[in-house]
Amino acid sequence: MTRLITALIIGSIFGAGLAIAGMLNPSKVVGFLDIFGDWDPSLAFVMGGGILVNAIGHRFVMKRKAPIQCGAFSIPTSTNIDKPLVIGSVIFGVGWGLAGLCPGPVVASLFLNGQAMLPFFGLMIAGLLVGRIVMRRLV
Amino acid sequence: MTIAWASFTPISAFLGGCLIGLAAMLLMMFQGRIMGVSGIIGGLFGTASSAEHGWRLAFLLGAVAGPIMWQVITKAPIIWQAVASGPQFYIAAFLVGLGTAIGSGCTSGHGICGLARFSPRSLIAVMAFMTSAVATVAIGNYI
Repeated sequence: MTRLITALIIGSIFGAGLAIAGMLNPSKVVGFLDIFGDWDPSLAFVMGGGILVNAIGHRFVMKRKAPIQCGAFSIPTSTNIDKPLVIGSVIFGVGWGLAGLCPGPVVASLFLNGQAMLPFFGLMIAGLLVGRIVMRRLV
Repeated sequence: MTIAWASFTPISAFLGGCLIGLAAMLLMMFQGRIMGVSGIIGGLFGTASSAEHGWRLAFLLGAVAGPIMWQVITKAPIIWQAVASGPQFYIAAFLVGLGTAIGSGCTSGHGICGLARFSPRSLIAVMAFMTSAVATVAIGNYI
């Protein structure tokens, strides 16, 4: 139960952070991606703040033997740069550029803008499941 | 290239970014997990235990609630201006899911978490999706 409560609180910090940062507005996201036009560099500051805090925090957390609420840290160990990583990321970037939405902001605006976001969320999950099948064929 | 000074919001962007980073750090500290939203959603459709499903659902519920709480506290509406509609909007949704599943992560997992722990895979992923997203917007706007 306490695990659920902390996950809920951490999720809401994430959601509030996205809202404050302006990441929930697809138009602002595309404004950042539009480097050849009228460029809005704000999102570089979002990434900068997030990476800065997490880079310091992650080092501090890694001094622990284990997480507070479960047995072990679960961190990807692969360093292999393979085709799925690059091809998948390129496909994701096309989707991100087309609508200005990535998974975090999609979830965080589900209630604020359900009419548009629920179908997007549903199709995103469909894509995720198809992607998983593709991965199984590739590996 | 010109800078859109009128819409440039470095302070709120940085502060919001810091909160996102804080959330990523706390999720690692308490649950030992990478805060990657595509991965957190993906894990709901696996054969994992109910405890595994629990924290994922709770995190996502929190992510939905966070902006609502922020809106209630500040009494300022959160701006949402669509850039796509119809087929483009729905194709985008499918590609975002497809690409993050094949590429094992999105802006949060590879961007905020992967770059913060200097993962070479995440660095390549971020460069790949940034480049294709910038190219997609450029093609849509100027070609």
